[in-house]
This record gives sequence, C-alpha cells and structure tokens, in this order.
Amino acid sequence: MSDVSFVRTEMLPQQEPPGSSVGVVGWARANLFDGVTNSVLTIVSLILVYFVLEGLLTWTLQSVWNASSLTECREIMTATWGKTHGHACWAVINDRWLQLLYGFYPPYPAEAGVNFGENTGAWPAYFRPNLSFVLLLIAVAPVLFDKVPRKLLIVTAVYPFLMPWLMWGGSIWSPLMAAAGFGIGFLAYRLLTPVIGGLGGIIAAIALPVIWWLFLTGIVAAGLESVVSISIPEVESRKFGGFMLSILIGVVAIGCSLPIGIVLALGRQSDLMIVKTLCVGFIEFIRGVPLITLLFVASVLLNVFLPPGTQFDIILRVLIMVTLFASAYMAEVVRGGLAALPKGQYEGADSLGLNYWQAQRLIIMPQALKISIPGIVSTFIGVFKDTTLVSIIGLLDPLGLSNAIRADAAWNGIYWELFAFIAFLFFVFCFGMSRYSMYLERKLHKGH
Amino acid sequence: MKKSVVFGALTVAGLAAGAAAAGTLDDVKARGKLNCGVTTGLVGFAAPDANGEWLGFDVGICRAVAAAVLGDPKAVEFVPTTGKTRFTALASGEIDLLARNTTWTFSRDVDLKFTFVGVNYYDGQGFMVPKELGVSSAKELDGATVCIQTGTTTELNLADFFRSNNISYEPVPIETNAEAQQQYLAGACDVYTTDASGLAATRATFEDPSAHVLLPEIISKEPLGPLVRHGDDNWGDVVRWSLNALVTAEELGVTSANIGEMAAGTNNPEINRLLGSEGSLGEMLGLDAGWAKNAIMAGGNYGELFEGNIGESTPIGLARGLNAQWTDGGLIYSPPFR
Repeated sequence: MSDVSFVRTEMLPQQEPPGSSVGVVGWARANLFDGVTNSVLTIVSLILVYFVLEGLLTWTLQSVWNASSLTECREIMTATWGKTHGHACWAVINDRWLQLLYGFYPPYPAEAGVNFGENTGAWPAYFRPNLSFVLLLIAVAPVLFDKVPRKLLIVTAVYPFLMPWLMWGGSIWSPLMAAAGFGIGFLAYRLLTPVIGGLGGIIAAIALPVIWWLFLTGIVAAGLESVVSISIPEVESRKFGGFMLSILIGVVAIGCSLPIGIVLALGRQSDLMIVKTLCVGFIEFIRGVPLITLLFVASVLLNVFLPPGTQFDIILRVLIMVTLFASAYMAEVVRGGLAALPKGQYEGADSLGLNYWQAQRLIIMPQALKISIPGIVSTFIGVFKDTTLVSIIGLLDPLGLSNAIRADAAWNGIYWELFAFIAFLFFVFCFGMSRYSMYLERKLHKGH
Repeated sequence: MKKSVVFGALTVAGLAAGAAAAGTLDDVKARGKLNCGVTTGLVGFAAPDANGEWLGFDVGICRAVAAAVLGDPKAVEFVPTTGKTRFTALASGEIDLLARNTTWTFSRDVDLKFTFVGVNYYDGQGFMVPKELGVSSAKELDGATVCIQTGTTTELNLADFFRSNNISYEPVPIETNAEAQQQYLAGACDVYTTDASGLAATRATFEDPSAHVLLPEIISKEPLGPLVRHGDDNWGDVVRWSLNALVTAEELGVTSANIGEMAAGTNNPEINRLLGSEGSLGEMLGLDAGWAKNAIMAGGNYGELFEGNIGESTPIGLARGLNAQWTDGGLIYSPPFR
C-alpha cells in the first residue's frame, strides 16, 4: 500500500455559510431578489409601499387635533404646513368621539325632573354602558377561555338579565321576573314530567313560562316595585346610538344566534316531520331575504300591522330581526359541521346507549362545532359589520352619526377622518374575533 | 327580559288600540312630549350638536309646535327618519309631525294621505359650476357632464330642462350628497345640480367657496313644509297656525326680544290677538291663550329662525329670496289672525 490515498481520511471542519446567504442579506436574496423578475417586482412594490405610507403617515400624523370647525382646521393647516391637502383634521373626532361611541346616551341618566347639574356626584360619566361592557367581558371570559375560574359562569348566567336593566334602566323587578320565567319552566319540567309524562313535561315547560311572561310578569313586577322599590332612571331607546348601539346589536345577535342556530340545525336533521318542516321553512325564508328587507319590516311594516299608537321599541325590533337573520345563517353553518361528521360517530354514540340529547352533548356537538368554528366566526363578524345597516332605517349607529355630524355646519365637508375612525373601531373588534377563532382552532386541534 | 318586553309590548299594543282613537292633540298632551320626525342630518335644517341637542330650521318648527301645545320647547322627542322611512313613520303614528324638508307634491298630499300644513321653505333645483368654466347661465351648459343624484325628482327635472332648451348633457349618477361633493371637487363632472339650499350648503364647505358659482336658473319648484296625517284636522290646525304664528310675528315685528313687552298689550289688535291678550284664538285651537307667544319664544319668529340657521350670517348663507315676507316681495304669507 502506498501512502497515496484518493479519499480524504479526515472530515473537513464545518465552515460558516457564505455571508451572502445568511442574515438579512441572505434572507433578502432568498425571498426578495430571487431572480430578475422577483427583483423588479420587489423594487416596484417597495416604491409603491413607500408612496402609500408616505401619504398615509403624513395624513395621519401631521394632523390637527384641536379646532372647533373644519374651517379652523384648514386655517391651522395652512398656517403650519402651507397647504390643506394631505393632512387629517382629527379635531372632529376630538369634538365628537363621545357621541360616536355612545350616541345620545345621557352621561348621567336621571329621573325626569331631577336636575343633576354640572356636578353629578360619585358616578363617572357613562357609568352604566361602561359597566355593561366590562361585565360583558367578564361574562364571556369563562365561555371563551377554559383557564378562567368556573365560578365566573354565574356572571354569564346573570348577564342577559342584568345588561338590559343597566342599559335601559327601570325597576330591578322586571328582569328578575323575566328570569323567574326560566325557573318556572325548569320547575314545571321537573315536577310535571313524572306526573304527565315526558312530552307533557316539555310542553308544560314551554307553555307555563310563556303564560307567565305574557300575562303575569308585568303585574307581579309592578306589584313588587310598589312594595320594595329598587329602580334606576330609565333611558329611552332613542338615546342609544354610536358604537355602543353596534356592540349592543352585535352582542345580542351573536349571543342568541348560536344557541338558536344549533337548535335549528338539529331540527332540520330531525325525523319529526313538523319540527323539520318548521326549521327548514324558517331557515330558507330568512336566508332568502336580504337583511335590509328584514330591517325595513322591523321599522316600517310592523308599524302598519300593529295597532296605531303602539310603542314597540325600535331597537328591540331590530334586535329580533338581526338575531333571526344571524340564526338562520348559523343553522346552516352548524349543519355543515354536522354533515361533516362520519356516520360512525352517530352509530358509536348509539352503541354506547346514549340517548339523543346525551349523544348530541357528548359526542356530536363538540366535534361538529369544532369543525364549524371558522364558519361560525365568519358569521359573527359578518353580523357585527351588518349592524351598520341600521343607519338606513334612521337609527344613529356610527355611520348614521357620521352623517349627522356632517350635517353640523361646523363639520360639513369632512369625510375621511370620520370613516377612518369608524373603520378603526370595527377593525379592532373584528380582528379580535378573528384572532380568537384561530386560537380556538389551534387549541382544539387534536392532530388527526 | 327580552321576551317579556316583546309580550309586554304586544299586550300594551292591544290596550293601546282602543285608546288611539283619541285626537293627536290629546295624545301629545297626555304624553307630555311631541314626537317630531326630522332628517338624520341636513346642514342648517336639522342636526344634533356635540351634546345631542337638535338644531336647525326644521327643528325650530318642531320646537315651536311643542312650545305652543305643551308650553315647553324642549318637550320634543326627535325621531330621525330617512327618505325611505319618513312617510311610514308618520302614517303609523310613530311621529305626530314630520318636519323634514319634504316637498309638497300632489301625490304625497292626495295619494299618501297626508296634510301639508304650509310651506316653511321655498326651494328649487339649481346648478353649481366652477367659476373658471366661465358659464353664467344654465343654458350655456351644452355637452356638460352633470353630477346628479339617482332616483330623485332632480333627475327628471334635469332631463326636462335640457330637452326643453334643446341642449345635451352627460349624467354622472351618484348616490348621496356626500359622494357628489367629492366627485364634483375631483372634477368628475362640470356641474352639480340639486336643491339650491343644498348647493349653497355644499359650497360653504369648500376650501374656496368663491371659486364656484350658483347659476341663476332655478328649474323646479320644491315647496318644503311640515306635514301631518290626513283626517285629524284639529291637530293639522294646531301645526298650521303655529307655523303661521311665526310668519305673522315677523310680519308684525314681534321678535323673541320684544315679545315680553308686546304680550302685555299693544295698540295693534292683531298682535294682541296673536299673543293672546285679546280674543280667544288659543281656546279655539284647544290650547291656552299664550300658545303663539310660547311658539315665538321657542326660537324666535320666522325671520329669526331663518337668519339663525340658514341665513346670510351663517356659513350656509342663504338669501331670503322667495322666502322673504310677501311685503318684501317674497312668498311667505300667513292668513290673518282674526
């Protein structure tokens, strides 16, 4: 054997990768300047981004915050930058942001005839809507995140009755008595089922609360109010507006549409003919009609049908219509999830001896809802944005208010600042919902 | 809660059906508030300020009626209505009175079953052009591009005008006044046409209003006035004469400043009848003797309302023109208080 070897006997030491393929340079070469076409596209895009940002940032940041009218804004702009183009007049937001958020809701609601004056006591301004909002966050937290203490579910259960009382005011007994209706239904189901059988129990559990709400709630609440008077000043629906109104409609529609939608989806798959026909009819009818038509029905047509002089709260009408609309869509989204489950899951549930509701609760729904999450959240976001349609029937949501603000001679002619502010508010909420849905999908992803 | 409210509302509805037969005047008095339909926002005519207080020329009518009926110009519930919801809101009884720059037309009066109680503003369709175009008459607009709101009577008026003058134009359809302002300023059209009051208000918002001119031609009649439901003549009278009281007050020189001393009694018997120190006009309407005085004190007489909201001292800067008193060559004219 000679000493000549044709194969290297020892490994070469590892070397650093060339400077042109690591770090910022390497990343840029791999991602931005990978070939002639991509390099050209990159440069063109950069130029575009620069021009957009240059205009947008100048407009947003080099702006006027303190002025009492558009004219004054323009004077300040001319004095500062020599021109009025390309600078925002945020003074309109500074002047009207409370109105855009709360509409005409009184900062310190008071009984008629009571004048709080300038000094309004211990409560901070907009105490009631703010508290409602904070409580909303607390109430949804245990539903959204499983690390939150379970005891907070009490807040969740109380919230649907507490929120209307806080927002609209009046006697505490009305929401309490409304809540009592559910108790009556539950008791009826529990006590009557052994006596008159399952179906009779269900019918009683539905009929008795309805009778209670229809005929007795008002009388009992009024009676209790006359004995023990606990009430806060009332706020009329006409005072509601701004982003508060959007959130109110959105939250109620979102909160009510999911359970109603699930029930409708199950009803649509039911073997019971009447239930199925009712559900299909409802879903197809509501889905076949644009939301704006339903809103017109709420604001215009109901007025014609109801006896003259009826005071059927306009916001309540809108809430019902938007909820129905969202429910129909939700039902179809959930049905998609149900349809995606393999038949084996249903049969598996049957083979375990679970009854219908147990099977739905333990096996079917957890999987079906998980599949439906993107669709459900899309519907939520869509409903929330659709709340701006109420401006067409004369409710002053943020878009309606932007028109009303422009009708003030001081701010006539201002557009982008108002729209930008409203868009920003909506974006914050919709983006939040979207991120939550992604978090939920990741959390529930079981890797199969 | 929600369900209980629904059912509660339905129950109340059933009970209210019987009570609704009473007159609107009694309803308003019983309620202690006037439900007045206004626009969701039109410069100078109705708009909420930063505190949510409604201000404007149409709002002034609402406040005058509330003051006449209830003695308190603040006892008004303003119901914002859109062009689509305004008539049903009135027909269904949601509002007692619609003061929403609504044009008095045959079909609205007869077919929709409303009663226009008078005219508080005589408007008409006009044209606005940039000054640099060098146009001084609408008849020189041959071949111009015109920004026009679709689905309105202005569109039809425009077609009529150009056809009868045998000149051509190219329409640029737009949806809202806000959009029109942007399109016009961006040069998408040479001419913008809508109601003259709207044009003046729009021009007032421009950075350089003097660079735009309103052409002298007014090509349509748009008498705007408050309206009430057909069939309740008593209530119609109340609103009509509240408006007339404002007009007469200006004619007789009664202003919110001097009304205090005039109400004590003057040498002019018509003023005395108007302000209730003589005769029983209020009683005939079912109101108290000081009704007209309250109405005038709410926001001033017709002229004061005009000057304060849309007149030449405001940014909108409308001249009285057709809306001057008949004694000054205008059309504003009230029947006598006798």
